[in-house]
Amino acid sequence: MKKIKSPAELEKLRETLVSQNNTDKPWVTICCGTGCSASGALDVVSSFEKAIKEKNLDIDITTKVTGCHGFCEQGPLVVINPGNIFYCKVKYEDVEEIIKETLLEKKLIDRLLYVDPLSQEKVKTEDEVTFYKKQLRLLLGNNGMIDPTDLYDYLGIGGYGALNKVLQEMTPRQVIEEIKNSGLRGRGGAGFPTGIKWESSYKAEGDLKYVICNADEGDPGCFQDRSILEGNPHSVLEGMIIGAYAVDSGQGYIYVRNEYPLAVKNFSTAIEKARDYGLLGENILGSSFSFDVKICRGGGAFVCGESSALIASIEGKAGEPRDKYIHATEKGLHDKPTVLNNVKTWATVPLIIEKSAEWFSNIGTEKSKGTMIFSLTGKVNNTGLVEVPMGITLKELVFEIGGGIPGGKNIKAVQTGGPSGGCIPEKLLDLPLDYEKLIEAGSMMGSGGMIVMDENTCVVDLARYFLSFTQDESCGKCIPCREGGKQMLSILNNITQGKGQEKDLDLIREIASVMKDGSLCALGTMAPNPVLTTLQYFPDEYLAHIRDKKCPAGVCQALIEYFIDQEACNGCGRCLKVCPSEAITGHKEEPHELDQDKCIKCGACTEVCRHEAILVK
Amino acid sequence: MNVDLGKVDKLIDKYRDEEAAYIPLLQDINSEFRYLPRDALKRVSQKMEVPLSHLFRLATFYKSFSLVPRGEHEIQVCMGTACHVRGAPRVLNKITQQFQIYPGETTADQKFTVETVNCVGACALGPLVVFDGKYFGHLNLSRTDKLLEGYHEENKKSS
Ligand SMILES: Cc1cc2nc3c(=O)[nH]c(=O)nc-3n(C[C@H](O)[C@H](O)[C@H](O)COP(=O)(O)O)c2cc1C
Ligand code: FES
Repeated sequence: MKKIKSPAELEKLRETLVSQNNTDKPWVTICCGTGCSASGALDVVSSFEKAIKEKNLDIDITTKVTGCHGFCEQGPLVVINPGNIFYCKVKYEDVEEIIKETLLEKKLIDRLLYVDPLSQEKVKTEDEVTFYKKQLRLLLGNNGMIDPTDLYDYLGIGGYGALNKVLQEMTPRQVIEEIKNSGLRGRGGAGFPTGIKWESSYKAEGDLKYVICNADEGDPGCFQDRSILEGNPHSVLEGMIIGAYAVDSGQGYIYVRNEYPLAVKNFSTAIEKARDYGLLGENILGSSFSFDVKICRGGGAFVCGESSALIASIEGKAGEPRDKYIHATEKGLHDKPTVLNNVKTWATVPLIIEKSAEWFSNIGTEKSKGTMIFSLTGKVNNTGLVEVPMGITLKELVFEIGGGIPGGKNIKAVQTGGPSGGCIPEKLLDLPLDYEKLIEAGSMMGSGGMIVMDENTCVVDLARYFLSFTQDESCGKCIPCREGGKQMLSILNNITQGKGQEKDLDLIREIASVMKDGSLCALGTMAPNPVLTTLQYFPDEYLAHIRDKKCPAGVCQALIEYFIDQEACNGCGRCLKVCPSEAITGHKEEPHELDQDKCIKCGACTEVCRHEAILVK
Repeated sequence: MNVDLGKVDKLIDKYRDEEAAYIPLLQDINSEFRYLPRDALKRVSQKMEVPLSHLFRLATFYKSFSLVPRGEHEIQVCMGTACHVRGAPRVLNKITQQFQIYPGETTADQKFTVETVNCVGACALGPLVVFDGKYFGHLNLSRTDKLLEGYHEENKKSS
């Protein structure tokens, strides 16, 4: 292992690596992202390793443990190359058969192929899976190609080519111009133009400047930053090095959520490897430019994702935001000019440098360029991470990529942007997803959370859920956020418990306007969004809770009752056995009865009933 | 509870030369002792020359710190959005009822700590629980029951 001392040396190393990769030797990638690991992917890996070691195979097979491919729903995922054969829900026991049938005899194993939920047809290759077909996986695509801990893998797919180009051909000014021309906007939520941010830091006086990567990912339903850090850490690091070169920074930080141990581990490995090879540290690739990166583990506070709070946290203080009349680009970390960008923003930078601003600005809409990664969850067939060009409609996302709503239910709305975002009703499903259009609809891009709701999701409950999250995470420094959130939550709690009054709705709007106007940071100003949008688009559902004391979706515990459908119940006794409060009685093979007074509404009976005989009203 | 201050000193030495590295230091102490013992904080305050009040401020501000000892086993119930819409509150209810504690608390025998976390990155498997770092997905009430039963059994054997 030796330091690479010049761009030419790096190119030479890459050429050797690429030529080594260009063999027909079969290779198998096994997704070991968090989702697949939880479904047993590590067992699949060990099964492959064992089989390869023990069986004395007469072919040479390479296995590659990769980061998240995005399609967690079907995990563990295995892709076999050449051929791009896609197997899903693979188990330990399947491996021997895969080696024998597919790798040696080139035959497909029917049982492991993915079945398209709409057409019911079997799909052979990864490229043909509808979940992937409509995506444009600029950032996520490489997750499935490389071993995140192997620098050579990243170099082999063209990694650090952009850094090379920057050091050889571009001045800092030119880099900034290129990023400005690309139209790249911050992926952390607010969508501030990245080039302009860099430019103001470039112009700011100071011999010491910092760049920071925001990997605090606090949205309670998002994991895209995590999956990039776990699956392709060098892409983020390369982006940071280029950014540091552009603004002339010598020191960078990455602030990672403490709950992401694998991301911390893989990123540390990436930093070490990059240092060993002279891609990070003193005199990068033999140039006069030096830069290094340190990892800070977050302390578990959502507000620390906010830029000024994050900076305070790195400085060893409690993470409270400050008013932003002075920008971080002028006075940030330790009062020095600081550029802070999101993980996805950094990871996009090398692509733009490599392929040009023009290429990038051709993707997306007029004001929102490039791709966005959403974590598509909730009541949708294909959950997982999806990366799409900006401007795609919600409908395409939910029905084509997401494969529609399970169980033939109707879609009701989609919540975008996590706790700061809003709820978009079915009638607006043709909305193209870009920064401006989402704000017009009362929501925001945010971190890219996307929750699909069907008729059985209660919008009041969801708004209450998000507000209880933001209220709990409020740092308490400013009153509108601290007290406003608390009062609004108690009103919503009352409504979901059937104790609401109609005038409460006006009070909610009034509190919301104070929070919007008066809060110190976007945590407070955005917190009312989920409530306001649901109130705007689903007033009837609120009124049903207030006037009729009913939860139409059958979610709010205090407002629902369980019944047994006497026609459908065949007296199998399954519910009777699980009921913890002995509320269900009846003889075998006769319809059972449910005593409302004893029922604690735990829902255990609905889970076990096979005849849809338990009704919720 | 007696705290091995030698261990604390070793951790302090790791961060001596870094500017204001209180948070990573407290994180290390917290994972070493499974909480932040009072004596350890006092030691940090003396050696790093930082007011004890500042350390307490950090300890109470950030969620990853605990001022009371935590249980041997950690049960984290994901309350992220995806898990929430798929019924995580019911799973949480079940678990807290079973152990007779509120989320964030530890059982009297110091065996189990139950807490809620946000998205752990496996939404497709929700609702889910992370039990000592291991993921258990697609939970419903009966599967939760089975999961807890297994651990109770194991616990009885080991103690
Ligand atoms: C309460 C709050 C939480 C935030 N959390 C995050 C986060 O987890 N990750 C992130 O990148 N940005 C987060 N942001 C946005 C950051 O303040 C900042 O705008 C962003 O990191 C800038 O990077 P970008 O320009 O690349 O988007 C948060 C903002 C607020 C107000
Ligand atoms: S919300 Fe529970 S894993 Fe994502």
